[in-house]
Amino acid sequence: MLWNALLLALREIRRNMLRSVLTILGIVIGVAAVIVMVTLGDGATRQVASQIESLGSNLLMIRVGQRMGPGQRSNAPAFSLADALAIRRDVRAARAVAPSSSTSLTAVVGNRSWSTTVTGTDDAYFTVRNWELEVGRLFSISDLRGGRAVCVIGATVRRELFGAMDPIGETIRLKSMACQVVGLLRAKGQSTMGMDQDDLVLMPLRTYQRRIAGNQDVNLIQVSVRDGFSTEETTKELERLLRERRNISASEDDDFSVRDLKEITNMLTGTTRVLTALLTAVAAVSLLVGGIGIMNIMLVSVTERTREIGIRLAIGALEREVLLQFLVEAVALSSLGGILGILLALGASIGLAQLLNLPFVFNLGIVLIAFFFSAAVGVIFGYFPARRAARLDPIEALRHE
Amino acid sequence: MIAVDAPASDPVPLIELRRVSKIYGSGVAEVRALDGVDLQIQEGELVAVMGPSGSGKSTAMNILGCLDTPTQGSYRFRGVPVESLDRNQRALLRRHYLGFVFQGFNLLNRTSALENVELPLIYRRIPRAERHRLAHEALAMVGLTGWEHHSPAELSGGQQQRVAIARAMVTQPSLLLADEPTGNLDTARSHEIMALLTGLNRERGLTVLMVTHEADMAAYAHRVIRFLDGRVVDVVASGGPG
Ligand SMILES: Nc1ncnc2c1ncn2[C@@H]1O[C@H](COP(=O)(O)OP(=O)(O)OP(=O)(O)O)[C@@H](O)[C@H]1O
Ligand SMILES: [Mg+2]
Repeated sequence: MLWNALLLALREIRRNMLRSVLTILGIVIGVAAVIVMVTLGDGATRQVASQIESLGSNLLMIRVGQRMGPGQRSNAPAFSLADALAIRRDVRAARAVAPSSSTSLTAVVGNRSWSTTVTGTDDAYFTVRNWELEVGRLFSISDLRGGRAVCVIGATVRRELFGAMDPIGETIRLKSMACQVVGLLRAKGQSTMGMDQDDLVLMPLRTYQRRIAGNQDVNLIQVSVRDGFSTEETTKELERLLRERRNISASEDDDFSVRDLKEITNMLTGTTRVLTALLTAVAAVSLLVGGIGIMNIMLVSVTERTREIGIRLAIGALEREVLLQFLVEAVALSSLGGILGILLALGASIGLAQLLNLPFVFNLGIVLIAFFFSAAVGVIFGYFPARRAARLDPIEALRHE
Repeated sequence: MIAVDAPASDPVPLIELRRVSKIYGSGVAEVRALDGVDLQIQEGELVAVMGPSGSGKSTAMNILGCLDTPTQGSYRFRGVPVESLDRNQRALLRRHYLGFVFQGFNLLNRTSALENVELPLIYRRIPRAERHRLAHEALAMVGLTGWEHHSPAELSGGQQQRVAIARAMVTQPSLLLADEPTGNLDTARSHEIMALLTGLNRERGLTVLMVTHEADMAAYAHRVIRFLDGRVVDVVASGGPG
């Protein structure tokens, strides 16, 4: 019986090529649109999250002054190395504490020059920012203690100043100082905000303070929080400690700020999630439109199908045979459309992900939802008009207009 | 109303209508398409049905073909009251005993003549090779060899009518109900079809009930039943075939 129904259904599909193709097309487009949009949205979210992670995990950034507006901060005395050491000593949750000061400078090698950010810091910097070395070494104790003129450079600085040459052991001129390259950082690429993270020169803090800044200031302290400790609690602890060290009375506001990177992460992934939701909504509409397309095609052919069902009943088909045939037909068309849609979507998402430089995230849930939705539309609108027709007297079905 | 006497030798007629009425619409729009029809047809008879347009011939044929149900009265097929059968049983009755040629052919569109003729065989679970052979044979019988792969749209009215006849005959039914089977055919073709029907009637004992407007065709029948305004008004023994 099933074999017979399959035979009849396949004949029917072949006989109504145009209708079959249009039905399949509606499903293909609906399914593909949803899957592509959701997959790309997921990819974007994943990318933002991983980029932020590459900045450093559980990172707290302590800056002097309060944020007044875009790019503006209130004036306040800088931190000192002693502040960083106090945090290192007193705050148990701190895995690594990196004091630093930075400025923009032009770096010169031979006749090449490149404007970059020069930062004085210590080895904790590499820990808090998840930096790894490509070649060379980090700062040694004697580099740090003695304020030696050595530096570690990012991939962009290397490219601009040395090209393909090996930079290790070479000398970079910064202002009036000459500084020997001891290490090259592994490239990180652009940050979420589109900044080049590899455009930097790092040197021991003491070297920076003596040879470049000419003071003992520390402008930024970055604290990496141990796993298992809450960043909120640690933030409070840091604030307490620094208020005490900076002699801020209870009535005064902080003259520094502790920024939790997790907040930024949440904000940004939140934004992409809204974007994904939006894309999904658009995709859902296209799925719906595809569904309406299928429905229209099925309903338009109801008259013809009713007459056909009348003929089949008249020559001795049983109601259930006719129904099984139409059900098989609807399921076959819908599944074929669904599978083509999924294949198309996977191809398109992989291609687009590559083009847009996004990771490809396979979301099985949405594939199943899209598939079953369109299959349901196909089956419901293919099957139910047929069922109504098959319940008529043959002569009624034959007279249908 | 004229009762049709069954020959004494055959107590159970193949077909028996008792006071069958079919009413369409209601109130002022009420149409009595059939109005108390009594009718008996014995196995092996070849009967012609005549009557003016709108007299209820097609309505009667549809009821006899189990395609439609009467408003009143009873229909017995081989003594079995058809009203007592459910939809599936009536479908099986059509499948195994009846062949029907519609006034409007009712072929499947965009489907070749061969596939149209094969269709009833599919529901009878005849294997593919056998199905092909029988369908080819049936089409050859109505003179359509060479037209197997044409769809109804590519066939003339007469050719479509012959496909419809082939489809009704391919299952070798006990009863052939034909609503104007020669209505679209030229005289020569009409006589060929009638020769075919009388041949099957004689050789296989096929019972034939056919509607016709032409006295020439009615002359092939054993009996002619006349309809007028939904009633059987006259039954005449015809010369019979040959
Ligand atoms: N579905 C229907 N609804 C309403 N009235 C109908 C319907 N079918 C038939 N009739 C009416 O029943 C009557 C008998 O129709 P029927 O088709 O049986 O005539 P007929 O004898 O076959 O005519 P013809 O020779 O033109 O085919 C007609 O008056 C017709 O209008
Ligand atoms: Mg008629």
